[in-house]
Amino acid sequence: MAEFAYEPGDEAGPAPGESVQEVSGKSPWRLAGRRLARNRLALAALTLFVLIVVVSVGAPVYAHDIAHTHPFATNLEATTVIGGKRVAVIQQGGGALGIGEIPIGPTWHANYFIGADEQGRDVMARVLYGGRSSLEIGVGSALLCSGIASVLALLAGFFGRVVDAVLSRLMDLIWAFPVYLLAISLATVLLTLEHPFVDPASLWIPTIIIAFVYVPYVYRPVRGQVLSVREKEFVEAAVGLGASNVRLMFGEILPNVLPTVIVMLPLMIATTILTESALSFLSIGVQPPNASWGTIIDDGQDLLYTRPWVAIAPGIMIVLTVLSLNVLGDGVRDALDPRAKLRLKG
Amino acid sequence: MAVFVVRRTLSLVIVLFAITVLTFLIFFATPGVDPSRQLAGRNPTPQTIAAVRHQFGLDRPLPVRYALMMKRLLISRDLVSYGNTALKVVPAIWEATPVTFSLVFGAAVIWVVFSILIGLLAVVFKETILDPLLMVLALIGISMPVFWLGEVANLVTEDRLHDTFLFHWVPPNGYTALTANPLQWFLHLIIPWLTLSVLYIGFYARVLRANLLDVANEDYVRTARAKGLSERQVLLRHMLRNSMITFVSLFGLDFGVLVGGGAILTEVVFGLPGVGKLTYDSLVSLDLPVIMATVIYGAFFITIANAVVDVLYARLDPRIRAA
Repeated sequence: MAEFAYEPGDEAGPAPGESVQEVSGKSPWRLAGRRLARNRLALAALTLFVLIVVVSVGAPVYAHDIAHTHPFATNLEATTVIGGKRVAVIQQGGGALGIGEIPIGPTWHANYFIGADEQGRDVMARVLYGGRSSLEIGVGSALLCSGIASVLALLAGFFGRVVDAVLSRLMDLIWAFPVYLLAISLATVLLTLEHPFVDPASLWIPTIIIAFVYVPYVYRPVRGQVLSVREKEFVEAAVGLGASNVRLMFGEILPNVLPTVIVMLPLMIATTILTESALSFLSIGVQPPNASWGTIIDDGQDLLYTRPWVAIAPGIMIVLTVLSLNVLGDGVRDALDPRAKLRLKG
Repeated sequence: MAVFVVRRTLSLVIVLFAITVLTFLIFFATPGVDPSRQLAGRNPTPQTIAAVRHQFGLDRPLPVRYALMMKRLLISRDLVSYGNTALKVVPAIWEATPVTFSLVFGAAVIWVVFSILIGLLAVVFKETILDPLLMVLALIGISMPVFWLGEVANLVTEDRLHDTFLFHWVPPNGYTALTANPLQWFLHLIIPWLTLSVLYIGFYARVLRANLLDVANEDYVRTARAKGLSERQVLLRHMLRNSMITFVSLFGLDFGVLVGGGAILTEVVFGLPGVGKLTYDSLVSLDLPVIMATVIYGAFFITIANAVVDVLYARLDPRIRAA
């Protein structure tokens, strides 16, 4: 299932085969940027990801100006014009044995490009809107998770002793749960919750749950880095100058563990997007009226043999997004930390 | 060794205890969660809610409720579902376990064989187009959501190509026990096995290839070549064996996670009545005791399996015992 672990390389130095004279005097970030810019495959992946983000953000434009549809309103009685002919969106007698109802199939026209779902909604428009939710949750939870895990790792690594022991045992405990089962538990509880401040349809619920379950996976490698950076001479120098604890943690140590966090980020987003789609597929992720790629695949399950595009299209979007992030992640790792050993499954 | 086993067992017991506490707290102590409302049916009167609350012991203090829950879960094993009081949770999990185990075991065999094959091929044909091609395929395998792949597999084998010679043998989704009919067991599981293993084939092939390339520069590989071993012997006897260390420890973890409930998506898509499917069916009705029990089952399985692996490792490698 979705997990990743990361072992940072020993020292941030020049990559193998890169001559030291040539690179002297440039900041590590510039060097990393140059290595990344030379990696064509990673750039292609980045372009694909940006493209997916752009079309997802542009979903309202597509729905309003191209498909002329409302992606969340049911259209059981509606008709649409395909090639000059007016046809019903939900067609009678289209099911097995010529009875029952079946939504319109792919028209390959602007309206109902890949057909409608059981409620007569334009699937293409929903896939684009779903992409917004999936990307928001994926990117949001990965950032939230990195933020929480980094702060906890800084506290544990910096103060050591009791703080470290308590935090690390807590992380071990979360680690002991299978990621999906822990996410399922939290989602079930939050969905049964009756609380004035909790809106079950909010995208924040899956975002927070997914961020929470992956915290130990970021915490462990970052804490290790903090422990090694803490012993470096420049930290000692800062202590000698009388720097405060906050200054030491956030001014001296954090910038030096940041590459570790950044290397993990694309791969984390890939993982969180897959986790979100799985939770939504199990109907405990994104709740109606919102849609995500996972909920559309779930909707498409009942139409699988008659209108397979409902389930296939959002899956293709997930594969493209996750693939581009995985390739980009490999590139970022090679650029920032050429000696690292990283493993990922999504 | 004995000291190591005792110490490992002690820490295991503490972790298991912490798991039950945390799970119990998530399910029954989150503010705002009130199972009695759900239990009391539609539009309950306050009296009904109070009666239900008393009946299920929900009016007792939290530590007492925890102790009662654990007694019913682990000792008397008569914890019942909230939705269907005839469903006893522990026997239900017990009956579902062989299904999950069959699924994961078969998939594991497939993924180990194929990932080793692909990893070796990629290294042998390092300088050709085959290596990047295999690695791109592996990356695509890693990027596919397993439930989506399962649906596409269903679409192809159960419908679109079911009437052709390719897939006419594929039975409808479901499960037949190995003891009832071994052939049907195999036929029912082959597509789910392949679907579940795709992700792991891609992942393990990538890991193995990276490890093989890592050890290629080691002294003992040069020695093996220098003493005149054939390339095949160098690759299989020396490089592969040393690359398998990471592979084996990863395998232990993944196998544990999958048996412990990680196969839920595959079970749902293919209608296999395993532990994951049991969890899913309870999700629909938000049946808290069943979900809690399956989560504890999964976490227990993984934790105990890890402890067993640690002890086995310590037996093999004396350095670990001291740590």
